[in-house]
Amino acid sequence: MESNLKTLQKEQTPSLLKNIKLDFTPYLLLIPGLLWLFTFFILPILNLATTSTKTRSASYETGSFDQTWRFLNYVDAFVENQDQFYRSFIYALIATLLALAISYPLAYAIAFRSGAMKNILLIMVIAPFFTSFLLRTLAWKQILGSQGPVVTVLQNLHIMKVGDTITATSFSVIMGLTYNFLPFMTLPIYASLERIDPKLIEASGDLFANGLNTFRKVTLPLSMPGVVAGTLLTFIPASGDYINASILGNPNTKMIGNVIDSRFFRVVDYPTAAALSFILMAIILIIVSVYIRKTGTDELV
Amino acid sequence: MADEVSKFVQGDLKLVNLTKQFGDFTAVDDLTLTIPRGSFFALLGPSGCGKTTTLRMIAGLEEPTSGSISIGDKNITDLKSYSRPVNTVFQNYALFPHLSIFENVAFGLRRRGIKDVNETVMKALELVELGHLKDRKPAQLSGGQQQRIAVARAIVNRPAVLLLDEPLGALDLKLRRQMQIELKWIQTEVGITFIHVTHDQEEAMTMADTIAVMNNGKIEQLGSPSELYENPKTIFVANFLGQSNFLQGTVESEANGETTIVAHGIKFTMPTARNNASTSSVKIGVRPEKFRIHDVGSELPGNLLAGGVVTDISFVGVSTQYMVEMPWKQEIMVFEQNDGGAPNIKKGDPVSLTWEPRFTFALDGE
Repeated sequence: MESNLKTLQKEQTPSLLKNIKLDFTPYLLLIPGLLWLFTFFILPILNLATTSTKTRSASYETGSFDQTWRFLNYVDAFVENQDQFYRSFIYALIATLLALAISYPLAYAIAFRSGAMKNILLIMVIAPFFTSFLLRTLAWKQILGSQGPVVTVLQNLHIMKVGDTITATSFSVIMGLTYNFLPFMTLPIYASLERIDPKLIEASGDLFANGLNTFRKVTLPLSMPGVVAGTLLTFIPASGDYINASILGNPNTKMIGNVIDSRFFRVVDYPTAAALSFILMAIILIIVSVYIRKTGTDELV
Repeated sequence: MADEVSKFVQGDLKLVNLTKQFGDFTAVDDLTLTIPRGSFFALLGPSGCGKTTTLRMIAGLEEPTSGSISIGDKNITDLKSYSRPVNTVFQNYALFPHLSIFENVAFGLRRRGIKDVNETVMKALELVELGHLKDRKPAQLSGGQQQRIAVARAIVNRPAVLLLDEPLGALDLKLRRQMQIELKWIQTEVGITFIHVTHDQEEAMTMADTIAVMNNGKIEQLGSPSELYENPKTIFVANFLGQSNFLQGTVESEANGETTIVAHGIKFTMPTARNNASTSSVKIGVRPEKFRIHDVGSELPGNLLAGGVVTDISFVGVSTQYMVEMPWKQEIMVFEQNDGGAPNIKKGDPVSLTWEPRFTFALDGE
């Protein structure tokens, strides 16, 4: 018995050492990434966190703040900008639902019905990325503007009254958000539809499910990981966006991103801007984790 | 809707002049076939012979270019796959990865609007002895278990015809043997018509009552496993099911049910009934295990091939395989059982081969 134990120990010691040696390598490989993360994520976040509890310094010099640990900054920031918060999430939600409604059939057609056109259609989905986000949004301002083709046509058809506009409305902001984040919705849904084994669709038909039932019971559930990924990739950036609201909107369509933008760069009120950023982050985290739990897709991914 | 059909349609499966073309390629060529109700039928052939296309047309997954498919009196040619009383066990099982084993098996019943599925599903799971795994997901099962679930998912619907598309292809040899026996047993148990597509001749012979050997979209020969093996009607069948030796010859005379054939200057006899040739130029065929190998001078009566030389010997466990070169440089393959009956023969020894005339078959020669 004892000798057995001894041999066991003897055998184990070198193998343990070997294990430790093996375990180090991944960490060494992680160092560049961790350094990057630390410098460009952790440090700025900490800086933002400390800024969020500062107050304007007694000298009232622009851009000068003292650390006073005033956590009430958060309450003030939220109460003062409630409307913009609500608006952000409502706009983002509507844009996400619209993008989903457009993207799902689009992704479905590309994945199952496009034949030889598949690559061309995929390039058309991705192509907008080749030009700047800002330029494309400005282009929509032109298209929807009062001199643009859409308004002219609608006015000539007497659908729109002369003097009414499409730009500078919440409609155009939501439209802009939907348009700009559409590829982020389409591509993940396409990827998960594409992965579905065609044999499963055949099996479903073989087991008495007609087209609609096959979609409900097989295709849709199997594409849920893509739907969840797509909605997150649309909803999260859309709720923090400020470009669409500032280019296509009016003062009454301001989203929380616009408030943060003006607090940082125009009003130079860093603590409020920082506090707003943290509140936005926290709300998004809560929404996302509830959403993921509800859709229960971690098992599928 | 689907229910009406699957409940009342029973009977023989009839394929009439069934043809499927993909562009210029004819995958299935004017196939006419009746598969009796309750039989275990195998479609056997090499890949690309049209057997899978035939199966897919029966399942409704492929539309025939022409011809008709019916079960009993009901023509199902134009029915969609979901309204046919036919279920399929797919090659890689195609179990729904997002559903539990129970829900996979219940899928077909639920689509037909059956509310209380519990008992039926559990019965099917018990039949394949996997009731205890009902709450698992397909990914948590081994290949053999998935295979059985695929069978349970299909037979739970009590289809008029069950199609099996190379169902054992992904399993290892031992499991495949076991599943062959189990499938045969399940078929006997449920009495549903099974149509089994395979390229594995041994699998087809083990399980099926009737085999149709397919080649180039046509049926070469149809019959029971022993019929096909003992009396093949074409060279393709003779070589696809087991191995055969052929001697080119000419029919010399026919009398009293016995045909005499001359090949390479030697006279051979065989029953006239086993001559499938339409011309007097024939190829006579003999299976390797029908030969007896002898030292020169100790031959048995029967057909005789003398003057051979052993060029190769390989030991394959139950038997020993000899390659014997004839004076006209043709190599004959011979299997001898390792039961002590064969003489001790070494490479290079001169030998004679004999076989009983009743084991000979003859096909069209060149």
